[in-house]
Amino acid sequence: MNELLLVVRIAGQRVALPAARIESVVELDTLIPVPRAADHVAGLSALRSRVLTVICCRRSLGLPMPERTDAILEAAVTEVDGHHYALIVDGVEDVLAATSDPAPVRAAMSEGWERVSSGMVETEEGAMLLLDVESLIAGPDAARQAA
Amino acid sequence: MDDLIADFVSECRDMLESLGGEIVAWEAAPQDRARLDSIFRFVHTVKGNCGFFDFPRLEALSHAAEDALADVRAGRRQPDPALVSAVLAVIDRIGEMVEVIAAGSPLPEGSDDDLIEALKPGAEQPAPVAPVPATTATPQGQAAPRTIRLSVDLLDRMMSGVSDLVLARNELARRLRDTSTDVAVASAFERMSGIIAEMRDAITRTRMQRIESLFVGLPRMVRDLSAELGRQVLVDIDGGDVELDREMIEMIRDPLTHIVRNAVDHGIETPAERLKAGKREIGLLTVSARQSGNQILIDIVDDGRGIDGERLVDKAITAGILDRGEAARLGPKERLQLIFEAGLSTAKAVTSISGRGVGMDVVRSNVERIGGVVEVDSTPGQGTRMTLRVPLTLTIIPALTVSIGTQHFAIPRVAIEEIVRASGDSVELSEVGGAGLVTIRGRRVPQIVLADLLGLDSGLPDEERTLIVLKPAGGDVYALSVDRVHDHEELVVKPAAPAVMATGLYAGTTLADDGSPILLFDPAGLARVGGVRFEAQERSVRLLDDVAPNEAGEAATPVLLFRDCMAARRAIRLGIVDRIEEVPGSAISLSAGRVRVQLGQDIIPLEGLDRLPASDSKIKLFRLSDGQSQLGLAFSDVIDLDAIADQIIPAEAPGMIEGVTLVAGEPAELIDAHWLFASAARPVAEPSSSTPVCRLDLDDPWVRNMLRPIVEAAGYRVITFDTEAEADLAIASAGADVGHTARRTLFLSPDADSAANENHLYRYDRAGLLVALREAAAGKNR
Repeated sequence: MNELLLVVRIAGQRVALPAARIESVVELDTLIPVPRAADHVAGLSALRSRVLTVICCRRSLGLPMPERTDAILEAAVTEVDGHHYALIVDGVEDVLAATSDPAPVRAAMSEGWERVSSGMVETEEGAMLLLDVESLIAGPDAARQAA
Repeated sequence: MDDLIADFVSECRDMLESLGGEIVAWEAAPQDRARLDSIFRFVHTVKGNCGFFDFPRLEALSHAAEDALADVRAGRRQPDPALVSAVLAVIDRIGEMVEVIAAGSPLPEGSDDDLIEALKPGAEQPAPVAPVPATTATPQGQAAPRTIRLSVDLLDRMMSGVSDLVLARNELARRLRDTSTDVAVASAFERMSGIIAEMRDAITRTRMQRIESLFVGLPRMVRDLSAELGRQVLVDIDGGDVELDREMIEMIRDPLTHIVRNAVDHGIETPAERLKAGKREIGLLTVSARQSGNQILIDIVDDGRGIDGERLVDKAITAGILDRGEAARLGPKERLQLIFEAGLSTAKAVTSISGRGVGMDVVRSNVERIGGVVEVDSTPGQGTRMTLRVPLTLTIIPALTVSIGTQHFAIPRVAIEEIVRASGDSVELSEVGGAGLVTIRGRRVPQIVLADLLGLDSGLPDEERTLIVLKPAGGDVYALSVDRVHDHEELVVKPAAPAVMATGLYAGTTLADDGSPILLFDPAGLARVGGVRFEAQERSVRLLDDVAPNEAGEAATPVLLFRDCMAARRAIRLGIVDRIEEVPGSAISLSAGRVRVQLGQDIIPLEGLDRLPASDSKIKLFRLSDGQSQLGLAFSDVIDLDAIADQIIPAEAPGMIEGVTLVAGEPAELIDAHWLFASAARPVAEPSSSTPVCRLDLDDPWVRNMLRPIVEAAGYRVITFDTEAEADLAIASAGADVGHTARRTLFLSPDADSAANENHLYRYDRAGLLVALREAAAGKNR
């Protein structure tokens, strides 16, 4: 009910990630590409002697990339099955408490958002889409294969 | 050797320690079978090891005790107090000698005849236990290495702690480099670095052990076994320097021993049988270990009689594991899997070797408990291969770092054979149809250009690159060309995220000294993704899958080089080979004017046979497809996969052979697939928009049985009168109602005279009918 949400910006939209799943918010400096990996895998980075697999949220959602990407990359760090991931977002805005449980979204969303959505949550700043961390990491290919 | 002796000593001590209670209990109850067994095992182990280490005194003692105890076990002798005390005296003496060995001093001269004598049935009570053979043994203070037992969990924690420590050190090093520090800090850091490195080594050693320690006992064991069984076996051991977790080594010791025993006992035949089967008298048993990706593979291969799948199935049915219906559905592989079922033994007679201890079901469950897999592959008459796959838990891998452009990668050192400069004198780069080949000192190996494979920019021309010759486990040698080779490093490797592993190229990730992540390659994965063709036996099948992603080979026409049933060397373009099938001779028949083969539900024309095969023979064939029709082409064996390297000299007359060309340096006749299909194939009846449609009155038996086959043979799809679809032609009896219309209607009349015009035909006017059918079909396509 009063789950804390990390509010981030992805492609101009304000969306929420479950704050309990996010270990930290970091700025990534070096990014080592992983040749032949899926598109949404932006590369590898290191954080405190740990290797982070960097996931580009925009690509995972099938959204266009911004024109210039020389800005600092902000990312939310999370752990899934013992692997650490950094989810690149356009910006991290706030931490808010949810005032409702996630409810299904009844409006039609684009395919990418639909795939990673775990529902709509109410906050004091209005309704917000709650994203599923695992689906973001799995990327569009995995969803297609499963289909 | 010292290591091995230390192992032996500690093993003996452990056993003596745990035996302490058993001995006392056995003394109290000499009939207790379990106690007897554990004491027997101890003397047996000591005996085995002594032979290896050349401790004749120990060996004689333990051998005598083993003999006596074996008699008791076999029920040939009753354990009496005299025997019990004699055995206990022997065990005490062994313990004393082990301490002498542990202290590093030579075993004193002396005789143990008194004790051995006492073991004999009816011997007198031995003289009061003989004095310690060497009073100098184990003086306090300079004792042999002391050991303690630790839980694996604790070791794991230490190991991961040290791994993280190394990484933290690396990061600190980087920070220090970025800021200008004074000399005192730098030297303190240096010292710390050194200590950490030392510590890491020590901790790695606590965990890892060369697999050799598992293998050293095998030759001796095989020797003893084969002597006992009247076999002659040569043992070939390879890959002893693969390092494995100590825990794993202990866990696979029993399964490995069991498999080797089985190989000698059930696999390898007696010399006489071998000669009769046309083999060398001496059987060959190969035990090898290698690392592949994140697994260790241990192969135990014998060239014995193989496993009889039929008999396994029979046994399984008798034992009630399978019913006949299930048994009939089993493929050859699944039949072999039956050996892992509890309660099955293919040995005709239970010998002392196979009868003792565990079955294959236990072997499998032991291996699976540590996350491993046992695989079996066997060809009756030719031998058996058992493969143990155990997961690799090691986290520190010696690796070579290389780079493409600015990005660094690591390659596990175990897979590296050699490193050569592409510009070296003994190296020659060549290209065959877009695929790179390198000849290094006369050996030609495929080349993978890492920059191309990874799609990375490399500013270097081919000649300035460095070639790393890799031999991945289970794969074949290939050369990987990289821009630069940097350093040998011991890398702390962690598993990579699934999204990274999905590429099939990497074995894990690590952090470089500068704190940036490095990807560690899986050499076998590189070869797979890079399209290197394996020389292994199953290659022909595997290759067909592998060729598709081989982008480098696009320009060349890949061909399959094979020997046909008349032993001619021929080649066929790979693209049209759907797959390779093996069918029994009984599936091939001469029907409807040509040779056909039944493949599952399909019956397809078969080429390439000069006569019908015996029904019990096996025929291999290529299943060819032009996208619509299928065709079989029989052959006797696949020679290789290659590309057409030369011009094709056309054949004199059109026929099955398109021409002759050089493949792999020798002429080969190239199969003309177009001719084959043109002459043999019949389109598979598959409705498509270009197929003409004919409306027939299928209620009429004459139409159904006589007319329909002709219409269908002419390539029509047949529909009934009441189907609402567009038809190109309708055929009806004269005067009948056609139902739905068609573009053209043909009326057939039962008597020959009434036929009047082009739309009215006598119904047995076959020629006229065919002309009409052809015209209607042509009209459709116009």
